[in-house]
Amino acid sequence: MSKSPSPAPHADAGPHRTGRDAARGPGLNPGQGDTPLLKAKGVEVRFPMPSHFLQRTKPVLHALRGVDVEIRRGEAFCVVGESGCGKTTLGRVIMGLLAPSAGEIHYEGTRIDDLDEGARRPFRRRMQMIFQNPYASLNPRMTVRQTLAESLRYLGDGLSRAQVTEKIAETMESVGASAEWGSRMPHEFSGGQRQRISIARALITDPEFIVADEPISALDVSIQAQVLNLLSKAREERGLTYFFITHDLSVVEHFGDRVAVMYLGEVVELAPVAEIFAAPQHPYTRLLLSAIPRIGGGAFKAERAPGEIPTAIDPPKGCAFASRCPLAHDRCRVENPVLKPTPTGTMAACHAVEEGVAA
Amino acid sequence: MSLLTVDNLEVSFGRNKALRGVSFALEKGERLGIVGESGAGKSMAAFAIINLISDPGRITGGSVHFDGQRLDTMATEDLRAIRGDRIAMIFQDPMMTLNPVLTIGEQMTETLLAHRSMTTAEARRIAVEKLDLVAVPSPAARIDNYPHELSGGLRQRVVIAISLLCDPEIIIADEPTTALDVTIQAEIMALLIRLCETRDMGLILITHDLAVVSESCQRLAVMYAGKIIEQGPVDAILSAPRHPYTRGLLGALPQMNTRGGLLKQIRGSMPGIGDLPEGCAFNPRCDHAVERCRAIVPPLEPVAPGHAAACIRVEEVAA
Repeated sequence: MSKSPSPAPHADAGPHRTGRDAARGPGLNPGQGDTPLLKAKGVEVRFPMPSHFLQRTKPVLHALRGVDVEIRRGEAFCVVGESGCGKTTLGRVIMGLLAPSAGEIHYEGTRIDDLDEGARRPFRRRMQMIFQNPYASLNPRMTVRQTLAESLRYLGDGLSRAQVTEKIAETMESVGASAEWGSRMPHEFSGGQRQRISIARALITDPEFIVADEPISALDVSIQAQVLNLLSKAREERGLTYFFITHDLSVVEHFGDRVAVMYLGEVVELAPVAEIFAAPQHPYTRLLLSAIPRIGGGAFKAERAPGEIPTAIDPPKGCAFASRCPLAHDRCRVENPVLKPTPTGTMAACHAVEEGVAA
Repeated sequence: MSLLTVDNLEVSFGRNKALRGVSFALEKGERLGIVGESGAGKSMAAFAIINLISDPGRITGGSVHFDGQRLDTMATEDLRAIRGDRIAMIFQDPMMTLNPVLTIGEQMTETLLAHRSMTTAEARRIAVEKLDLVAVPSPAARIDNYPHELSGGLRQRVVIAISLLCDPEIIIADEPTTALDVTIQAEIMALLIRLCETRDMGLILITHDLAVVSESCQRLAVMYAGKIIEQGPVDAILSAPRHPYTRGLLGALPQMNTRGGLLKQIRGSMPGIGDLPEGCAFNPRCDHAVERCRAIVPPLEPVAPGHAAACIRVEEVAA
C-alpha cells in the first residue's frame, strides 16, 4: 500500500487533528479487539559470552527472557526500564536487526522474524526506526538529500527521479527542515536538527510503524520538546503506531497510551499509561515512579540502600527483582512470576500482587 | 561575607567569551544548582572557581574569593592545596574519574597522602570510613576492588567517598547522576543531600535538569550563552520564573503540559559563543523581544528579595 502524507504544517503550528487517522489520536481508545499490528511472542535473546578455557559451561547473557507484547494499530506503546533491561534489544528484534534465539514476531498476522531479506523488504518500508544518537546514526559523508534518497532507492518501489525529489522536499518540509538543508552534511547541524533529519529518513518511506529508541534523550531540554512535538504531529497526520523506548517516565506519561515496564529481560508490568501512574502494581514500577525527580517533588527525600540490578549472565532462578524487593518472600526466590491480570485491570508479574499483599 | 564569592567572572577562548561576567555567591552549607543547556557555560562557571580551565581558555576578568583568599590569581601550587581538600569535585562519568589500573584503596590513600601527613595504614582506615559513610556495602572488602568490578551506582558512591576524604567545605558536582539510571540517581542525590546537611557542606550542582535542582538545592542560577540570566531561591524561581528563557524551559517539561497534547516549546536553539546576536543573547528565540532587546545586553537586576533576572521586559513578561 502507498499513501502520501497530508499537507505538512510548520513545526511551530498549534495542535490540530486534521490528518488522516486523526480519530486515533492520543486519549482515544486505539482499536481494541482488532488483530494487533505487531505481536511479539515468547521472544528470547541469548548472547554467548566469552568463557575461560577451563570453564565447563559457557556463560550466557539472557537479554530477553520470554517477552510477549501486542501493539495495536495507532497507539503509542512505550517501553521503559533501566539500562540493561532489554528494551533496546526488543526494539532491534522487532525491526529484524537482531534474530531472536526463540519466539516469533508477527506483523499484521504475518510472521516476519524468519523471512529472508527479499521477503522482508516490503515490511522494512512499513516499519522504520529512529535511533538515540543523531551524531552516530547519520552517515557523515552523505548530504541530507543523499541520506533521504538512499531509503527511497532501496525501499521506494522504483520511483522516478522527479518523484524522489518531490518526496524528499515534501518530507523535509513536514519535519520543519528548510529546503536548503538538502545539500548540507550532518556535521553542519545541531543535535536537534540532526534528529529532525533522522525522523525525515524514517518517515520518507511512509511507514505505519516506528520504533523510536530514546529519540530525545541525547538532546537539550528545549530541543526535546521540539522533537517530541514533531513525533506527536507525525503520529496524528500519518496515523503512526509507535514503539517508543525510553527511560524517562515523564515522557511516557505525556506521550504514551500503554506502557510495558521491563526488568532484566522481562516485562514486569503492562498497563494503560494513566493506570500505571495512578496505581502502579509491581514493586519495581513503584520504585521507578518514586525515583522520578519532579518540580516540587520528593524523590530524593527517602534515602535508599544501594540497589543493584542482578547480572543478566545466568540470571537468578526466581523473580529477578527479589533482591531489591521489599515484599519478597520465599516463593519469589524460587519461582519466577509470570504476567497475570491485576485487580486494577493491568498485568503484573509479581507473586505479592497476585496474593494481594502488595496493596 | 559569603564563603565563596564569584564576581563578574569572564573566561575567554581567544576572542570568544565562554563566560560573559558571571556573579554568584555560596554560603556555608548552602546548595546551589546551576542549570543550562550544553554550551551555556555552566561547567565553565563552576570549574573557573578553582581555575580548572584548560588551554586555550583563560580567566580574563572578574574575581573569585573563597574564605578571604583570592583564587583566580593564586599560584597553581597554592591552588592545589585547596582543590580536592577544601573544595572537592565530582564529575559526570565515574569510570572516567577513577583510574582503571588502581584499586579503590590505592586511589583513596593517594589522595589523602597528597593532602595530609599520615601513615598509609591511617589513610586506609579513613578511606574505609568514608566508603562506609556513602553506604558502600562491606567497605573493608570493597576497598581492594578495581573500578571495573563495581556497578555504576557503586562507582559514583566511591567517587563521592573520594571527594569527602579531606572533609571539604564545598563540593562541585558536574552532572553527577546524568550517566546513572533513575533509581540510582535518586539514591545518589539523597546521599549527597544528607552528606551536605550533616556535615554543613556546600554544594554547587551543575545539571541540565530543573527537576533535580528542585528536589535538591536551595538556590538556582539559570545560565544561557555564558551569562546567568536568572538567579534566586529555587522555589521562587520555579513557582514564578521571571526570565522568558526560564519560563520556556520550565514550560517545556512534560509534567507542565496537558497529557497527550503538544508541549510548549522554545523555538530555535542556543547560539554558540562565536555567533552571539546583538543585545540580549536570547532575543531571537524570545516571544517578548522588542527593538530595545536587540540593542542592549540586559543586566541581572533584582525582581524580589534575593531573586534577580536579566530581562528588560520583566514586568511585561509577568503580565
